[in-house]
Amino acid sequence: MKCSFGRIIENDKIINNIYKLEVEFDGKINPGQFFMLKTLDNSFLLPRPISVYDVGENKVVFLYRIEGHGTEMISKTLSNHEIQLFGPLGNGFNLQEIKGKTAVIGGGIGIAPLFYLIKKLKKENTDSYLGFKETPYCLEEFERYSNKVVVATEDGSVGDKGYITNSINVKDYDTIITCGPSIMMEKVIQMCRENDVKVFASLESRMACGIGACLGCAMKTKKGNQRVCKEGPVFNGEELMIY
Amino acid sequence: MANLKVNVLNMDFKNPILTASGTFGFGEEYVQVYDISILGGICSKGLTIKPKEGNKGTRLWETPMGMMNSIGLQNPGVEKFISEELPKMKKYNTKIIANLGGGTIEDYLEGVKKLNKTDIDILELNISCPNVKSGGMAFGIKSEIAYEVVKEVRKVCSKPLMVKLSPNAENISDMAVTCEKAGADAISLINTLKGMAVDIYKRKPVFENTYAGLSGPAVKPVALRMVHEVCKAVSIPVCGIGGITTGKDVIEFIMAGASLIQIGTANFVKPDICLDIINEITEFMDKEGIKDLNEIRGIV
Ligand SMILES: Cc1cc2nc3c(=O)[nH]c(=O)nc-3n(C[C@H](O)[C@H](O)[C@H](O)COP(=O)(O)OP(=O)(O)OC[C@H]3O[C@@H](n4cnc5c(N)ncnc54)[C@H](O)[C@@H]3O)c2cc1C
Ligand SMILES: Cc1cc2nc3c(=O)[nH]c(=O)nc-3n(C[C@H](O)[C@H](O)[C@H](O)COP(=O)(O)O)c2cc1C
Ligand code: FES
Repeated sequence: MKCSFGRIIENDKIINNIYKLEVEFDGKINPGQFFMLKTLDNSFLLPRPISVYDVGENKVVFLYRIEGHGTEMISKTLSNHEIQLFGPLGNGFNLQEIKGKTAVIGGGIGIAPLFYLIKKLKKENTDSYLGFKETPYCLEEFERYSNKVVVATEDGSVGDKGYITNSINVKDYDTIITCGPSIMMEKVIQMCRENDVKVFASLESRMACGIGACLGCAMKTKKGNQRVCKEGPVFNGEELMIY
Repeated sequence: MANLKVNVLNMDFKNPILTASGTFGFGEEYVQVYDISILGGICSKGLTIKPKEGNKGTRLWETPMGMMNSIGLQNPGVEKFISEELPKMKKYNTKIIANLGGGTIEDYLEGVKKLNKTDIDILELNISCPNVKSGGMAFGIKSEIAYEVVKEVRKVCSKPLMVKLSPNAENISDMAVTCEKAGADAISLINTLKGMAVDIYKRKPVFENTYAGLSGPAVKPVALRMVHEVCKAVSIPVCGIGGITTGKDVIEFIMAGASLIQIGTANFVKPDICLDIINEITEFMDKEGIKDLNEIRGIV
């Protein structure tokens, strides 16, 4: 993978503090991989890891939430300007291992890596469970590639009221894929373990290099220290210790 | 065309640009990003005699134009380095510097003996890591203690010996002179500055070890001043490290007297930044009519 400067096609707010960023890019990307993004103005130092939301002809699409200074500076970068783009990085999802009836469970901005994944899966086998604090986003896009979409909001404004993990019966599925707040992923993994369902989780860790050199993102697993940026970000639920 | 070649420790380097320990792994990851044979050399991740798992909890934290790390010398151990990493590194057609850390003098000596038998080009003795309890930096604070370690290591070390200093040393030029007296062939500096961050929402330090090592552009002026002081004080070659991100930064360190340069945190800012840096040095030299870096070394 190379480090390049990509022209921004679009960088628009879709709701509140959620943005969609489209950048020119030509190359092969697996669902679940991520890029390290950085603005060219040196307004922050370390590139920020952001998952691939979608891939189009000569472009890669990101969905991100303004979390702090870095993502805020990214949101202020205008279309037609360039952004530093390093990737695709990480293992991504192994499509061969995702078999049978499948559910993706996303919480908030954690839905980002799941969209390009479901595009690659068989629609009739794939259900999407998406949880949000308040107003949901990207539902129509998920509906296009899902057998069904189940939504939960904590304030009950749309879909089920409460956490999305209360809306799913994991026993209905052969494979579960999850990304979101760690409390949510913990719960999903726990339910899958209790019911012997295969589960994969896309994890986060603070990163500096993004390619396995600095060991800053290391996480203890049953296989010893693993680099979230290199051996991950997608891990088999069985390997994870923290949960 | 400008000539970036440097001869240091009786060795020819393609250029003075080395990658700093802990920021470039063992080089392997960067092979996919750019042709790393353009580098003057690569410093390995800090090695210890026994493998180390490194520190728990948060390991990285960004600061204004800098970062803090508390990796805790996670590494496969000297033996595995020799059997698995070094053979790959030797293929990169660049100088290989093994960075050795330790908890006790015995650890260092054992590591040195093992590395003597390999074809590494330089041994960089890290007496300055702030991130391991009971070790590393303890040796890098007081000159008398550093003298003991370097003297003992010198007795057994058959490789060119570069001692890496901590900016947390009580007196940096005294420390450098002491290491020179104890037999160091070269000095590299600076390692990270001891720093701290507090998570105000959790009301506790960000790092499990409370303190962590600060690096990146934020430390550059301090690093440059220390390199300048040390270059004035010793007659052995000095390798300048600390916050360097551009070719112009490199020129500053060379004008301050450095013979070699290490690029650390900048590798994270842009993974192929060493390429840019080397091009910028060439450009600067051509523009200024400098044919050889010796013309400007130590002129300030
Ligand atoms: C593999 C991976 C994929 C990700 N994908 C997405 C995505 O698709 N969309 C999205 O909105 N966010 C994603 N994130 C989280 C995103 O990287 C952080 O929200 C972002 O780095 C925060 O930076 P900031 O400067 O805005 O916040 P600040 O809090 O100011 O950041 C300060 C430092 O902390 C680091 N940091 C803070 N929060 C996180 C976090 N949760 N994970 C990793 N590093 C963090 C930053 O990189 C930076 O170095 C992903 C993280 C990882 C590891
Ligand atoms: C993530 C990280 C890991 C490091 N690990 C080591 C190490 O193992 N041994 C060592 O001697 N220095 C280590 N260092 C220090 C660097 O080699 C360098 O001396 C320091 O970061 C200052 O240079 P910079 O500002 O260019 O990064 C590490 C630095 C960072 C940022
Ligand atoms: S971010 Fe550097 S090893 Fe993962």
